[in-house]
Amino acid sequence: MTVGELLSGNDYIVISKGKEATITGVYCCDLLSIAMSHMESGMAWVTVMANRNTLAVAQLADAGCVILAEGVTLDEESVRKAQEENITVLASEKPIFETALAIYEKL
Amino acid sequence: MTGKIHLNYVIPGDDFTRAGEASGEVKKKLKQMGVSPEAVRKVAISMYEGEINMVIHANGGTIDVDISTTDITIVLKDNGPGIKDVALAMQAGYSTAPDKVRALGFGAGMGLPNMKKYSDNLIIDTKLGYGTTVTIVVKIG
Repeated sequence: MTVGELLSGNDYIVISKGKEATITGVYCCDLLSIAMSHMESGMAWVTVMANRNTLAVAQLADAGCVILAEGVTLDEESVRKAQEENITVLASEKPIFETALAIYEKL
Repeated sequence: MTGKIHLNYVIPGDDFTRAGEASGEVKKKLKQMGVSPEAVRKVAISMYEGEINMVIHANGGTIDVDISTTDITIVLKDNGPGIKDVALAMQAGYSTAPDKVRALGFGAGMGLPNMKKYSDNLIIDTKLGYGTTVTIVVKIG
């Protein structure tokens, strides 16, 4: 599944639309060092940690996209940063597990 | 690629909005140069952890990156408080990060362990009250 296909379901609020990528899996973690170390390239990263550092880790780890769960969102400056860095950031009102499971079932 | 490339960054302390920018720039540069994804990932992770440690613990510092045909050497130098017990700091899960930093997602105690895991050589030269110099080497190819 690609990021574009994920978006086509209209299941998420699109905060930033970035590069097209094939989603290779789903990863859930809020601790940045652990996420960066264990997340594989192309994975959809589900987290409630929404700040500029989340974006830095997503970029460094080549995340396929970031999905903010539980209704959290980014501040305006971070949204601009995500757009500059071409990172897709989506938001969901659902909890982390449900958000991740929904993506996993589509892979 | 011919010759060496040298990059230098000044890292401001306690500015978490800019933390990681240097690592991001180096990653992009290495990708443009056609360095293998595995080496790029190792540099990105190990350098980012060092950069973040500087911001959290040492009021910033400098980073010098040398890229040759055989390896990438990253030297992170700060004038912070130094590391009291390096062996303890190397243990996964050990962290002295303050609460305000933990609230941003840091403080997992994986900084130095990740730097070790994602480098081919890691040298930590630290002196209490004077600062720390961390040298990371990642081999290319």
